[in-house]
Amino acid sequence: MIERVAEIQKQAEAEITAASSSAALEGLRVQYLGRKAELPQLLRDVAQLPPDLRGEAGRTANEARQALEAMIETAAARFEAAEMSAALESDNVDITLPGSPAEAVGHHHLLSATRREIEDVFCGLGYSVVEGPEVETVHYNFDALNHDPAHPARARSDTFYIEGGGDGPDQTLLRTHTSPMQIRIMEQTPPPIALIVPGRVFRRDSDATHTPQFHQIEGLLVDEGVTLADLKGTLLAFARAIFGEGRELRLRPHFFPFTEPSVEVDVSCFMCDQGAAPDGGRCSLCKGTGWLEVLGSGMVDPNVFAAVSDHGYDPNAHQGFAFGLGIERIAMLKHGVPDLRFFYENDLRFLRQFG
Amino acid sequence: MRVPIDWLSDYVEVGIGATELSERLAMTGTEVARVLQHGPPAPANFVVGKVLSAEAHPDADRLRVCSVDCGEKDPRTIVCGAPNVAAGQTVAVALPGAVMPDGTELGEAKLRGVKSSGMILAEDELGIGGDHDGIMVLGDELVSGMALAEVFSLSSEVLEPEVTPNRGDCGGLYGIAREVHAATGAPLSAPPWADDPGASTIGSTPAGISVTVEDAALCPRFTARVFENVTIAPSPIWLKARLAAAGQRSISNVVDITNYVMLVSGHPLHAFDLDAIAGGELTVRSARAGETLTTLDGEERELDTDICLIADADGPTSLAGVMGGSRSEVSDQTTRVLLEVAVWDGANINRTSTRLGLRSEASSRFEKGLSPEGALEAQAMATALMLELTGATLTDGTLDIGGEGPAANVIRLRDARIVSLLGTQIAREESQRILETLGFTVSAADDGLDVTVPHWRRDDVTREADLIEEVARIHGLDSLPSTLPINRTGRAGGLSREQRLIRRAEDALVGRGLCEIVGWSFTDPQICDKLLLGSDHPLRDLVVIENPMSSAQSVMRPSILPSLLDAAAYNMARGAEGCALFESGSVYRGGRSEEGFAANEHHGLGAIVTGPVRPPSWNDAQPPTARIETAHALVSGVLGALSIEWEVEDGELPFLHPGRTAMIRTNTGLLGWFGEVHPAVATAWGIDQPIAALAIDIGRAAAQAPGQQIFNDLTSFPPLREDLAVIVPAAVSAASVVACITEAGSPLVSRAEVFDVYSGEQVGEGRVSLALHIDFAAVDRTLTDEEVSPIRDKIVAALKAEVDGELRG
Repeated sequence: MIERVAEIQKQAEAEITAASSSAALEGLRVQYLGRKAELPQLLRDVAQLPPDLRGEAGRTANEARQALEAMIETAAARFEAAEMSAALESDNVDITLPGSPAEAVGHHHLLSATRREIEDVFCGLGYSVVEGPEVETVHYNFDALNHDPAHPARARSDTFYIEGGGDGPDQTLLRTHTSPMQIRIMEQTPPPIALIVPGRVFRRDSDATHTPQFHQIEGLLVDEGVTLADLKGTLLAFARAIFGEGRELRLRPHFFPFTEPSVEVDVSCFMCDQGAAPDGGRCSLCKGTGWLEVLGSGMVDPNVFAAVSDHGYDPNAHQGFAFGLGIERIAMLKHGVPDLRFFYENDLRFLRQFG
Repeated sequence: MRVPIDWLSDYVEVGIGATELSERLAMTGTEVARVLQHGPPAPANFVVGKVLSAEAHPDADRLRVCSVDCGEKDPRTIVCGAPNVAAGQTVAVALPGAVMPDGTELGEAKLRGVKSSGMILAEDELGIGGDHDGIMVLGDELVSGMALAEVFSLSSEVLEPEVTPNRGDCGGLYGIAREVHAATGAPLSAPPWADDPGASTIGSTPAGISVTVEDAALCPRFTARVFENVTIAPSPIWLKARLAAAGQRSISNVVDITNYVMLVSGHPLHAFDLDAIAGGELTVRSARAGETLTTLDGEERELDTDICLIADADGPTSLAGVMGGSRSEVSDQTTRVLLEVAVWDGANINRTSTRLGLRSEASSRFEKGLSPEGALEAQAMATALMLELTGATLTDGTLDIGGEGPAANVIRLRDARIVSLLGTQIAREESQRILETLGFTVSAADDGLDVTVPHWRRDDVTREADLIEEVARIHGLDSLPSTLPINRTGRAGGLSREQRLIRRAEDALVGRGLCEIVGWSFTDPQICDKLLLGSDHPLRDLVVIENPMSSAQSVMRPSILPSLLDAAAYNMARGAEGCALFESGSVYRGGRSEEGFAANEHHGLGAIVTGPVRPPSWNDAQPPTARIETAHALVSGVLGALSIEWEVEDGELPFLHPGRTAMIRTNTGLLGWFGEVHPAVATAWGIDQPIAALAIDIGRAAAQAPGQQIFNDLTSFPPLREDLAVIVPAAVSAASVVACITEAGSPLVSRAEVFDVYSGEQVGEGRVSLALHIDFAAVDRTLTDEEVSPIRDKIVAALKAEVDGELRG
């Protein structure tokens, strides 16, 4: 009997090894291990053997059965995996069809995206962001910011005034810059302060390079011992963050009523090498000058501190700098937008390019 | 203002080209907008000629054939069409090779068969005035062949500097010359008013004229000189040429002198015909209500009581500091001239010229504020020219009311202060050198310099910081180091919580596929009608602009909705099938804000979606159209992002579909609305499909969003979840069913949410079936069926009792 078991095992092993599908394997399992197969029958017959033979015969037959079972199991697993792969491979789709249902892609407006980018640079430099009213008074928009009573910006040809808006310092107008918040904040917060004021401003001007509404970011830092060199360093950090490493600054003296000294700040052009375009021609961005006029700034005029001297600001002890930049201008320079009108037309073909 | 470099060189030896000079001026504070070329691009081939003969042309009636001595071996033959050409004249000749102002190069030409080798010039051909009536006739003392450029300013580059409003002293060439001197080191000549031929008349008053200044604040100084035996005539060519280069028209010698002196000194002058001053008396006073004056430009102007004028016995004769009157203007018959040089209050002049819409060379200079001392400087320079060019005699006396300005200010400039303001050191000697080149007087002090401010900078330089700016701008800021301010107090900076939340809300909409727009804050008052607002609707309380650029931009928008509808209409007119837009920005309403600001502004967040809720795709060819529920879902998304608890409430808004209007209610009040735009409103914007819309006062929403979130244990004891379908009358809102369940199951119902709605035969007419998920949970134990079962019964009973609900199947 032991010999017979070995024979069956040998034959079964050969057939299992040769089997080519899980169906063939299932046939072999029935043939060798099924209820009516010879090997299980032999195992059942062990009980009729003489007692001294039962042990070895039973063990041998049992081992053979287990070996065959394990072998079939292993082979079956192999076939199943292969057959599943084959089935999945034939179950394919055109992966280049678009996703569906489609997801619309939203966009921030380029002005908002630019504003956020600038806000984030100054937040990183330790500035807070504050916002203020757009309908302002003559006091905050002009008087407290050291504008001469004859300053041309006050003219009705330059500034929008509000109907029924009163007279004198309380007369209401649409703010012409975000600078009134310098005063409002200093009235509320003693030094030191470091803040930027983003927002919408209005000037009575409409042509190829002006829209009656535009957006500014104002910056103000006041502490003891703040210098013009600190202003330069701060704006250099800003310029490099927005326009790329390697940018340089040029300060040009200028005049603003609320700063003294006042400087216009140019950033070295990021599209060319000192005015010469890569093709050797004149750079169209900086008009060949190598410099881009980016913002106005200066050291806070002592008269501005005098206007808030009741709130802890001392023209003799405190110094500060202020700067103001146009968000439209930064966005146009950085993204090559050729015309201001695009910002307010809200054409989806424009909006979807940015943000 | 135009600065011909050729003329400027009378006062400062400009040793560098116009481009380099412009750059240097820009780097020291005076931007140069443009550099122009006046006259021919080069002076070569323009010479003085003598007409030897002028014969009739054999084949042309109007042409003459001239023989002209141009200083060469043989005379040239030049054909000339001018009626006034005659033998014996000294004329200006362009020889072949000369390049004319328009860029054409002159060649030899045959005119009706006669060869012409040159051109005898008229004034307009050189850019001097518009006179083409005849050729220019020059003085006979000139030698033939002499370069024309030696006779008058033929060709010059012209700078157009943008003088900043604080620099009234730069309204004249000499002021610019002083800047050039300081900026480049080029030697500066003595001012052209250094020698006053009328100096001896100062201290006495001229006879035959009396002047009264009623308000010295409006007129700090009034000076006048009287000239007799004046002969009015055209100006000499050199004067005409200079005025032309500066962009001014030549009128007559006397008027040209006033303009010339103004262009050099920066101080405007006015010449009266003394015999036309009624009563020989002038009064400087405020205008009376209703008074009118005809100015030199021929306009009759109505004055108001803030306007300052000069009157004679017959009434107003001149608009002070802005423009003279025609009644007393200098004419060809004038023989006696009163030359007035005054100083006017800058703010008042600015107001007057704005009020009258009349800006002149004079007003633009006076409004910057001029120094009283400058008045006599202009008198000195003008006196010399009047004597030289008009044959006039100066009568004794210089009328002077007001006199010189206050004593010069002396300011201490501390070395230490320079360092502390600029962050870099400038040597004391350098500061002294710079200030002296600008005309300041400087003496040494212990810790710096004592600086005396010259009269022409009196109003502009009043403090130490102003001096530091002067030193810094001329010294140059190239070498300034870049440092960062020390953060002594450790400010952290960053966005406020509200600002972060507003960004979050905007991001929520961008994440849901909406595009942000930036609309105009200005709008048309007619939008109130377009939005169907009733006559007393609160949104009609608009912020109105007093001086708008157009009526379509004459009020501030009371809502973001019209901006969104404008943008949608714009895009749909260009082929968009629909759009999903939002804007985050200011909304303006009349009345004061809670903070006390001048108008009631708030930060609004508005959105509209029209057309398909998402882009169609290959197996989703017809996505649903945007409806109120689209807006509702967006509101949930935005307020959910801000963790704000809210509920829907019925409402009425005239611009929304009355059956599809919902208000957003929180425990502090209404936060906004959503719904579908009223079809009539949509049509007014040219859109004929449903528009889902929403508006949230996002500023207020961010402010009331819950603060720091505290941990809630929702995982240790998972909820028991059940679904329940209830049939209720159609009029019962989903929200009231949810509220009923939540209340009846309190406190164990942690969530109740509608997930399906069905109406149809199976539930009966007028009824609707709502299917809900219900979560039962407790924070301290896992609930069992036994515990939940009675609560479930309570809920069923409550639904029956409160909303006439019965469980479905």
